[in-house]
Amino acid sequence: MRSVARQFVLSGDDGADPGRVLKLPGSEFAVSDASRSVTLRRLWLDTFDWRLYHSGLTLEQVTRGGAADLVLTGRDGTVLAADRMSPPRGGGRARARWPGRLDTLPLGPLRDHLGPVVGVRALLPVARAVSVVREARVLNSDEKTVARITVDRMSVTFPAAGTGPTRVAVTALRGYQPQALRVADLLAAVPGVSPGGQPGVEAALMAAGQRPGGYTGKVDVRLSPRMPAPVAMAAVMTALFDTLLANVNGTVRDLDTEFLHDLRVAVRRTRSALKLTGDVLPGGMAARFRPEFKWLGDLTTPTRDLDVYLLGYPEMAAGLVAATPGELQPFHDHLERSRAAAHRQLTRGLRSARFARLGREWPQALAVAATTVTRPPAGRLAAGRIGRAHRRVLRDGGAIGPASPPESLHELRKRCKELRYLLEFFGSLYDPGEHWRAVRELKALQDCLGEFQDTQVQHEEIRVFAAQMLEQRTAPAATLLAMGEIAAGLAARQQRARGEFADRFREFASPAGQSRFRALTGASAA
Amino acid sequence: MKIFATYNIKGGVGKTATAVNLAYLAAQDGYRVLLWDLDAQGAATFLFRVRPRVKGGGKALIRGTRSIDGAIKATDFEHLDLLPSDFTYRNLDLVLDAAKKPARRLGSLLAPLSGEYDVVFLDCPPGISLLSESVLNAADTLLVPLIPTTLSVRTLDQLTDFIGALNGSRPAILAFFSMLDRRKRLHREICEQLPAQRADVAATAIPAVSLIEQMSVRRAPVTAFAPRSMAARRYAELWAEARECSGLPQRSGSSSIPKMPSTPPSTAGPAAASPGIRGARKARASSSSARARLAPRQ
Repeated sequence: MRSVARQFVLSGDDGADPGRVLKLPGSEFAVSDASRSVTLRRLWLDTFDWRLYHSGLTLEQVTRGGAADLVLTGRDGTVLAADRMSPPRGGGRARARWPGRLDTLPLGPLRDHLGPVVGVRALLPVARAVSVVREARVLNSDEKTVARITVDRMSVTFPAAGTGPTRVAVTALRGYQPQALRVADLLAAVPGVSPGGQPGVEAALMAAGQRPGGYTGKVDVRLSPRMPAPVAMAAVMTALFDTLLANVNGTVRDLDTEFLHDLRVAVRRTRSALKLTGDVLPGGMAARFRPEFKWLGDLTTPTRDLDVYLLGYPEMAAGLVAATPGELQPFHDHLERSRAAAHRQLTRGLRSARFARLGREWPQALAVAATTVTRPPAGRLAAGRIGRAHRRVLRDGGAIGPASPPESLHELRKRCKELRYLLEFFGSLYDPGEHWRAVRELKALQDCLGEFQDTQVQHEEIRVFAAQMLEQRTAPAATLLAMGEIAAGLAARQQRARGEFADRFREFASPAGQSRFRALTGASAA
Repeated sequence: MKIFATYNIKGGVGKTATAVNLAYLAAQDGYRVLLWDLDAQGAATFLFRVRPRVKGGGKALIRGTRSIDGAIKATDFEHLDLLPSDFTYRNLDLVLDAAKKPARRLGSLLAPLSGEYDVVFLDCPPGISLLSESVLNAADTLLVPLIPTTLSVRTLDQLTDFIGALNGSRPAILAFFSMLDRRKRLHREICEQLPAQRADVAATAIPAVSLIEQMSVRRAPVTAFAPRSMAARRYAELWAEARECSGLPQRSGSSSIPKMPSTPPSTAGPAAASPGIRGARKARASSSSARARLAPRQ
């Protein structure tokens, strides 16, 4: 196992002569310099939302000659897992193609490491470079390698062309860390060598004029309480529209299900913003765009519903008691077919003239709102709207009893979502700790309501699917019975969620919870 | 994690050369490999240029007062680490004798490394001792080098009986001929006949060639410094047989050594006399009683 002991960059005139640093003058070590450089093609992968980067991991595919290795390293450069991606001699599995999902990787430690972090997201190329690398082995008196020095001259080709400084890394071998640190000390004393350097992906992106971790699905805007309300809401909705647009390509290419999820959430948040704060926007703006975002939201619903079904399918199939997973397979095939048809419909919508018009006109409207300096200030708007939404959740939730129809819980769920979105829009106005506690309490209630509604929707849908499959003559009796078992399981889950609602709501509506919300909104109004 | 042990009651039969080369080939295949040099002579440690010293000695490792993790050294080869020998290993029997459940001690020491390594090779000293019993308990597959003589075959029978009488889990046995001298008729005859007759003898035989002896001069596996040599190809074939015997799943990467067609050990008998890997497997499959005895542990 190797780990990077220390990194350096070459500067000035010495940068042109990496051979100088490989001599380690005056040291007790010998250096075996591979005088020929090797050219490596390097490709860094991450999810669209930078899950690996945020977890301190780097996934790099290094191609040398015909062989490609996929290497996962930790924050300190330690190799955590690696896998050979080239096909074995004499044929075999083809090399993975990127973008690709995790299930395209062979089973093994690398996939085991990546699974919990990457989840359902696809791995996408985030940077490409060609490195000319010269590696030297540092030997002790037994001519045993105790450390490696690599000099890396990297030319970035994606996302933009660029060249970074020559990077030098001292890599420790397991059991020889003290020797590697000694080598690093010797290297640091060589003129023109300065400590520093970042992981390869960061260096590549920096050379290309970019930074990693740029995307987030969260509402990431900085507001101030005195900012005019239209300006604040324009900032929020501009950020939401950026998120929406960022996810269109991945949704159309169907890279993974989370592109559509994030796109859909951005649409829902925009619709809530228009509904709950549209009155502060310039005249007619909300009325003009609300139908457009409703159309867009409706366009995404069938595909997302089927995604939810398919994502939960393995668990559903594994939970069968009377039926076998094999008997459920025709249902899975039906879901796949329906999902493919729904996605085609969605793609048509996202390539339509109506969506293109929205893409042109909505930013123009937002630009007008961003220059509209009218009262109230953002702080007062936030306090007023959050307070109102909170009172409404308390009122509607308090009216729900054991005999209330399911629709009353669905309505309450919508109100909770509105409150949650408002908290997210105006999050930057509040103390982070108090804001987090308010969101946490609301989230617990939302989870319960979400489970109740999702299971009901899925329960209703599975009956529709069964009818469709019967009509298409693709449903053997055993499959219908298995689907019946799934439906029974969904009904049981719904009942459990219904049973838990009273406790969850009581916690949310407790005097302590209410005072937390009052303190929060009072603070922002000030 | 699969544990292989190179073992024989006799010394000087090629245990270390086998452990070193097969460990190297496994690492080349992309497995994460640890080689534990259990022999106080430290030949494997010497071949990888690592100093034969473990802090606290064998006693600290066996008693668990020092972690195995801290004693491991990287070799010069990717994916291949070494747990070095130490001169105190000559007393491992005594240390084991004082430990609780000595026969299971090595297995329990290696268990925490299962997330870190796919393959472990144990290079054992010769003899039958408490250490041997602990090795036999820990190993999934026992690789037994045999010099092709009648006495060696008798030794294999003794070893098989000894393992059969062990309590608890027992390793699968894969014996193979080592130090084969093709000029000797007896060597040729035994190498041709025995693999077809016995399920526990590999089709591959390792020749007695000076290149293997040069490992101690070059201080590297022959599979690394002469990968296209006949000796290296034989080790690659042996590794393929050992991997299959252990049930180790094949990796996507391939060995750096090209797989060449197996040449018969004798010029007198063509393919029929030397069944090669495929023929030997067929012969092994027909020996159902032996198969039952040698089934690898689950």
